[in-house]
Amino acid sequence: MNVELVLFYAFAALAVGSALAMVMNVRNTVASAMSLVITMVALAAVYVLMEAHLVAVLQIMVYGGAIVVLFVFVVMLLNLRQDTFPPARQRAAKALGAALVVLAIVKLLSLMPGALPDAVADLPEGFGGYRDVGTALFTRYVLPFESTSLLLLSALVGAVVLAKRRLD
Amino acid sequence: MAIPLDLVVGLSAILFGIGVVGALVRRNIVVIMMSIELMLNAVNLAFVAFSRMHGSNEGHVFVLMVITVAAAEVAVGLGIVISLFRNRDTVNVDDVSLLKW
Repeated sequence: MNVELVLFYAFAALAVGSALAMVMNVRNTVASAMSLVITMVALAAVYVLMEAHLVAVLQIMVYGGAIVVLFVFVVMLLNLRQDTFPPARQRAAKALGAALVVLAIVKLLSLMPGALPDAVADLPEGFGGYRDVGTALFTRYVLPFESTSLLLLSALVGAVVLAKRRLD
Repeated sequence: MAIPLDLVVGLSAILFGIGVVGALVRRNIVVIMMSIELMLNAVNLAFVAFSRMHGSNEGHVFVLMVITVAAAEVAVGLGIVISLFRNRDTVNVDDVSLLKW
């Protein structure tokens, strides 16, 4: 058992555990958001193990930083009351839905061993670094890249318009 | 290759499942949006794993696009939550079922 595999299992367990803590915590929404941070950082570590260095850095900056800060900000701004699980009339349907999801995932996992090839392509020098991904982003994928800037602009305007108290 | 690919894709499937369950059973809109973020992250993990398998960086480019869309979605979604809370004084999805059949 090599070091990378041990690290992968550790971070995978951390990600799954904190994701479960996020979903199951009904008392405190801020604690849910903090569990989400732990999931994001653990996933960033898994990305590093997968040699996706630029993606790992962006994961921590965008998800662990910006997005979770936005969540915590909104939760604290709204001063949310304690959440509860669904009332009894909905509980059966929702439990059935959750059970079906779990069943589908278990079935998928039982098909998984040996389904994917073990052989992995040799990685070029600097794979997943900023030069490698950045070159792809600014040459072959420049049009999608530019259209995401339009998306961000419209999201920015949309968020301001929605959250504004009243429009003139 | 130190880490078998099926372990990584399995982790991705588990996280996606947790996200789906969270979006189904929770009633607080903010937590539902966090579960959606979790699902997007699970998809990113699958992209990165398959990118590693093929030795191609195109999966990483896709991940950057997904991160951008997630950020835009959170900004607009939380804007909607704020204006909803201002108008209806609730963030419980069961209290906001006007459009529900």
